[in-house]
Amino acid sequence: MTQLSRRNFLKLTGSSAALGTLSLAPVTHAQQGGPLLPAGSTALPYPRELVTKLSELVINQPLYFNYPDNRSPCVVIRRGREIKSGAGPDKDVVAYSTQCTHMGCPVSYDQEAEAFKCPCHYSIFDPDNTGQMVIGQATENLPRIILEYDDAEDALMAVSIDGLIYGRQANII
Amino acid sequence: MTQFKDRIPLPPGDAQKTNMTCHFCIVGCGYHVYKWPANQEGGRDASQNALGLDFNQQLPPMQLTMTPAMVNQIQDHDGRAYSIMIVPDKECRVNKGLSSTRGGQMASVMYSEGTPISERRLKYPMIYSGDDWSETNWEHAIALYAGLTQRILDNDGPDQLFFNLFDHGGAGGGFENTWATGKLIFDGIQSKMVRIHNRPAYNSECHASRDMGVGELNNSYEDAEVADVIFSIGGNSYETQSNWFLAHWEPNLRGTNIAKKREWFPGESVGKGKVILVDPRRTPTVAICETIAGKENVLHLAIQPGTDTALFNGLLTYVVDQDWHDQAFITEHTIGFEEMLAANRMELDECSRITGVSRADIIKAAEWAYKPKANGHAPRTMHAYEKGVIWGNDNYRIQSSIVNLAVATHNVGQRGTGVVRMGGHQEGYVRPPYPGGRPAPYIDQELINGNGMMLTVWACNAFQTTINAETYRQVIKRRAAIVNQAMAKAIGSNIDELIDIAYDAVKNKGGLFIVDIDLYRTKFAEFSHLVLPATHPGEMNLTSMNGERRLRLSERFMDPPGIAKPDCLIAADMANALKQRYESAGDTTMAERFVGFDWTTEEDAFNDGFRMAHEKEIDSQGGPTGHLATYERLRVAGNNGVQLPIKEYRDGKLIGTEMLYTDNKFDTDDGKAHFQPSPWNGFPEVIERQKEQYDFWINNGRTNQIWQSAYHDQHLAFRKGRYPMAPIEIHPQDAEALGIANGDIVEVYNDYGATTAMAYLEPDLERGQVFMMFGYPNGVQGDVISEWTDRNHIPYYKGAWANLRRIGANPAYLRDVSFKRRRYS
Repeated sequence: MTQLSRRNFLKLTGSSAALGTLSLAPVTHAQQGGPLLPAGSTALPYPRELVTKLSELVINQPLYFNYPDNRSPCVVIRRGREIKSGAGPDKDVVAYSTQCTHMGCPVSYDQEAEAFKCPCHYSIFDPDNTGQMVIGQATENLPRIILEYDDAEDALMAVSIDGLIYGRQANII
Repeated sequence: MTQFKDRIPLPPGDAQKTNMTCHFCIVGCGYHVYKWPANQEGGRDASQNALGLDFNQQLPPMQLTMTPAMVNQIQDHDGRAYSIMIVPDKECRVNKGLSSTRGGQMASVMYSEGTPISERRLKYPMIYSGDDWSETNWEHAIALYAGLTQRILDNDGPDQLFFNLFDHGGAGGGFENTWATGKLIFDGIQSKMVRIHNRPAYNSECHASRDMGVGELNNSYEDAEVADVIFSIGGNSYETQSNWFLAHWEPNLRGTNIAKKREWFPGESVGKGKVILVDPRRTPTVAICETIAGKENVLHLAIQPGTDTALFNGLLTYVVDQDWHDQAFITEHTIGFEEMLAANRMELDECSRITGVSRADIIKAAEWAYKPKANGHAPRTMHAYEKGVIWGNDNYRIQSSIVNLAVATHNVGQRGTGVVRMGGHQEGYVRPPYPGGRPAPYIDQELINGNGMMLTVWACNAFQTTINAETYRQVIKRRAAIVNQAMAKAIGSNIDELIDIAYDAVKNKGGLFIVDIDLYRTKFAEFSHLVLPATHPGEMNLTSMNGERRLRLSERFMDPPGIAKPDCLIAADMANALKQRYESAGDTTMAERFVGFDWTTEEDAFNDGFRMAHEKEIDSQGGPTGHLATYERLRVAGNNGVQLPIKEYRDGKLIGTEMLYTDNKFDTDDGKAHFQPSPWNGFPEVIERQKEQYDFWINNGRTNQIWQSAYHDQHLAFRKGRYPMAPIEIHPQDAEALGIANGDIVEVYNDYGATTAMAYLEPDLERGQVFMMFGYPNGVQGDVISEWTDRNHIPYYKGAWANLRRIGANPAYLRDVSFKRRRYS
């Protein structure tokens, strides 16, 4: 039976200032082998982490970061116009896992096509439409990093993920 | 599907593990099904889960495919709940661990309470009585079916009993089911009034190739890995045979298997593979080939629609004039070459004028595919064709021209070559001989003309997948309504009275009694009078073969919904009921026609048909050695199965055949390949008229997310969300001229009918050509296709010209659907 590792526990509690609702109360097993959840919660304990200052984003230029841990590469893009599920004051910022949901190859952002492309099996995903698979062999859209914007700090915060990151049983390892 | 989108349950180490060949396309990728009690889960340690992978860490790319779509929770009839996971098999030589977007969703389409799929699956037989549908049991439903069948058979003969019938493998087909239905219909009922699922008569889509002695599935997928040139004609294999392309074409075009070529062909000049693609449209496959191989190794021949025959006759003429054909092979192993050449001869200028392909590109294609290599050996060229040919301008003629060229250059029976259809469904044909002639009756037209009293629609849906579809639907609905009106007055009737009422409606009033056997209540089923629930792989044991003749057993791992049954056992119920009725009537002669259905399992049907072709007169893709394959041996053979025909069973293994005709003995009476004259003869008159009258060629075909008629996909958010309506690709300038923007609803109309589609602007389309997704429930492209067929009643689905007009925008399409380009480059 897997226990919450001390390393991950410290990682989570270490950023407790940003954790909001995650308390240090005892955790329960949601299921054998699955992630450990705070009592009373069905949501995974996603960290709340700074992605970037909004002002540092250049329109249509990808910026790479990791979330929810340093083994999960992601990308954030400011599109310069309001788009579906966009974050920020202009609702124009989106972020995704860059691991293709098919077999985990790193998708790259094609600035001309304004789409993510996987070099292994040629799937294409649309950043402007919640990561929808345009064509390809995946069975899932690209996992979308849920962003919140902190106006006072001009900060884009990653708070959770819609979709399963490739190569994981659960998004929180 | 799981409740959560960001985590999935793992199979524990002791989870049940069975084999599953993908239900869907011809490629038939191998998968494993894990099943375990829903209250248990495997752990993240490699030792704690059946996948043997360490989920305590991020897995590297290409390690596996395991997504929420690949898991589900099911409940068996004993009330126990189980989790299932269906993941690709790394050891399968077909897909090498790859999953396609279609096969990767198999777990999602299995019956699971509370999902959209489960809400729409048929669980019980249903009968139209009074003025509404009601659920019934098998005894009642089969009594009505057998009783009305008997009445019509006795009074009006077998040719008043019509059938729309599958003939393929995979879901809705397979050797068990083709045999059972064939035995019922051809041996028992003895009707010849049968059409096949996507065409209006009982025929082969490869009559020409077979008449020439060349079966259309004559090589292995591995041959695509070692060919010097892949010659793709009217295909779009990235989207429609995805893992054949990715696992076998891709390494050749990338040049990563040159060592394998050297090993297989010592002393021969070898290099990175080249590809020639014949298609009026720059397909997603063309774009991906250019990405993989570089534009210098890809030749896209964007021919004028419907001119393939001219292209291949021109190529043949040029190749022979260069002396690049194999004269020794032609002399020894073929007949009819000179006669064919004289008939088909077409000079380059003429070929270029008709096809729109430049002289230079025709010559380039000939040099790549047929000019001797540096070491003097002829190139090994694999010819693969699909719907552009199968559903092209005169199927029989085009196919003859292609096979003529492949045989003349000896690109058959040698590794790295072949002349094959790419395929749509998997295969799985074993039936008694068809009792009709050739051409078989044009069933759709017979129905439109008012013939036929009873129509059994078995695992197909011509409302979405036929030509002249609008007229067809209108007539079917009108004739069905006559029976509905009669049945509405049948309240309180017993079975015999119901049979009397239905018979009177079809005999005296022009009605048509319709029975639909399916997984779902399809559009066709809505206008039926009796609906019977069937099963698909996983809920039954089923054997099929793929495009390289690889036979596998998909094992049952769960109970079907409600009281649904395998098609083969439904056919057996019908036959047994007919036998009993005739015995009761004292008609032993007729009763005798329905003997031999005392089956209790799918395996009984397999043993009675596929395994008996050495003893009975049976048309079987397993041939006379099919008896060597038993369920037990196929379980052991797993997802690699055995390639038909089976040579022998030795040391616990089934030994198959990788390539046909390696001995130069062809499937003709004299063992020689027969060339066939197939001169270019232009277009049918109805098509010429449409071309003059309308502005757009309505090309049509598949997109990779949607399988067949979308019978599952229309219920899955990932699929339906992508295509809420059939998309139609159109050049931006054409769209602008008509005031059409992305996401607009567009009407497509001509003298045959009208349909609607969702505009999808694509600059790679030629002006004056559009491409519409085929067979979709929302936007039926067949509505604008003429009734014209070739000599064997194979339709010309690709032959429609029509006009377009904007209906208006749908804001939800614009909001929820991506209109980013579908071309990788």
